[in-house]
Amino acid sequence: MTENFREKIDAIVVGAGPAGVSAALAIKRGGKNVVVLDRSENIGSKNMFGGAVYLNSIKSILPNSYKTAPYERFMTNHTYSFLTEDEAVSVNAVGKNQTTATVLRPKFDKWLVEEAKKEGVFFAPKTLVKKLIYKNGTVVGVQTEQEKYFAPVVILADGVNSLLAKQIGLRPEFFPKDMVLSVKETLKLDKKVMEERFHLEEGSKEGAMFEFFGGLSEIRTFRKNKKRLVTPFAIGFLYTFKDSISIGLGVSLEDLANYKMRPYELLEKFKENPAVKKLIKGAEEQEYSAHLIPEFGFNNLPRLYANGVMVVGDAAGLVNSAHFEGTNFAIESGKLAGETAVIALNLGNTRHNILKIYKEKLQKSFVLKDLKSYRNVVEKLYSRKKSILYYYPKKMAELMETVTCVDNVPKKRKFRKFFGSIFFERSITELFRDFKAFLRLFFDIMF
Amino acid sequence: MDIEKKLINVKYKTDNVPHLVLNQEICKVCEDKVCLTICPANVYKQALSGENTDNDAKKSDTIECISVEYENCLECGACRVACPYGAIDWKYPAAGCGVAYKFS
Repeated sequence: MTENFREKIDAIVVGAGPAGVSAALAIKRGGKNVVVLDRSENIGSKNMFGGAVYLNSIKSILPNSYKTAPYERFMTNHTYSFLTEDEAVSVNAVGKNQTTATVLRPKFDKWLVEEAKKEGVFFAPKTLVKKLIYKNGTVVGVQTEQEKYFAPVVILADGVNSLLAKQIGLRPEFFPKDMVLSVKETLKLDKKVMEERFHLEEGSKEGAMFEFFGGLSEIRTFRKNKKRLVTPFAIGFLYTFKDSISIGLGVSLEDLANYKMRPYELLEKFKENPAVKKLIKGAEEQEYSAHLIPEFGFNNLPRLYANGVMVVGDAAGLVNSAHFEGTNFAIESGKLAGETAVIALNLGNTRHNILKIYKEKLQKSFVLKDLKSYRNVVEKLYSRKKSILYYYPKKMAELMETVTCVDNVPKKRKFRKFFGSIFFERSITELFRDFKAFLRLFFDIMF
Repeated sequence: MDIEKKLINVKYKTDNVPHLVLNQEICKVCEDKVCLTICPANVYKQALSGENTDNDAKKSDTIECISVEYENCLECGACRVACPYGAIDWKYPAAGCGVAYKFS
């Protein structure tokens, strides 16, 4: 980069993921010079997620070209599957909705960057920001391995581990309860086999996605030979791509730590579940990856701005894990931070009293609205994890068994036995607690 | 399950300098050693009593109780959050180094 350009930088964005690129686009469109620094050699190669982006979200920043992104498949086929050790009860929805698409991040992120370059956003790959330069209580620039960059406003889009937000105290130290670890494998699968297995139209871009609940509980022996059921708070997923599938798990970091479980062993156990095994049969391992998902949510939201700096996307913990949504929050928060940067630059004041506009914009958008209505979801689900991930999948399988098994026993007796068991086989307080948690979440989200 | 089998398919560009450094003084007295199980790439291993499996570490004077195969790191950050004593100095590898996903 020439000295000349460096003197004219209005804004620095750290991280070229969806949040960073979205912010940079908004800044450039506001007539300001922006540079995006990214530590990877090939942009996108450090990025990992379950598999899907949302077309409406991409359209919001690239209305003319969003259709040309390297989409792998459009998710027309959604399945929620409740697993026991050897049974599964699934809800499958086949629809026309084509607004969710799988992408491979190395390809997609590169496409996003190329689109931004066309509009004059400057990218500096292979550039690692070591720390923020802080003067008189204001962020004034960044220190990379080689050089210093200065600009009136810096946007942190450096991902879930955001060491930079931590450096200036925007976010506190995290604890395992604030994080979910996602481990994933991409498996190569013949296109024909995939189309047949997932009921996709031959030669089409139709795709299927799955979420899996349960099937990972185990009985452990504790001190004094006491046996106890251990249920890791983990949700499985499967996405279809052009000629591959991704299979993975998001597991509470706290449970992994407490139960001393190895994430890849849990992933293998998940893959061995009969219902899952059938879906990935014959698929060849292509890549293994891992990533953290921030789950601190609305109740522990970090500070989103300070003098000369704003935090966006994963770095700010903006995800809705209950719906597996993240890239849409990244893109929207990036856009709103970028717009705020332009307002601040035009005013010639990038201090916190102006940058607070960013938070106000977030509050008016779905980002903080959703985060707020879902503020108790993770905590509540976690507190009832044995019900959700062990007991109810088991009962659902039992109910299906009761309905489908023909065995010369009068129906009345069978159904009475089943419904009676819901009230009497566990302590009634468990049922009461499940119901209370359900009501709480229902009212949080609806009202 | 062999984690090595999974890691074979992952592409890396190895940094010469370790980006993960443990405060072994803390590790020596740590009873949890959650790093040994939480890492999705099994980067942290219990070193054999007093000895070290890592050749480079043998040369050093300090006796390490946990060996760090930072070359296999997937840069997820789980260990940093999970270590209850903050004994892991967790940084990113040098620019352009570390894991390079192709299909994720």
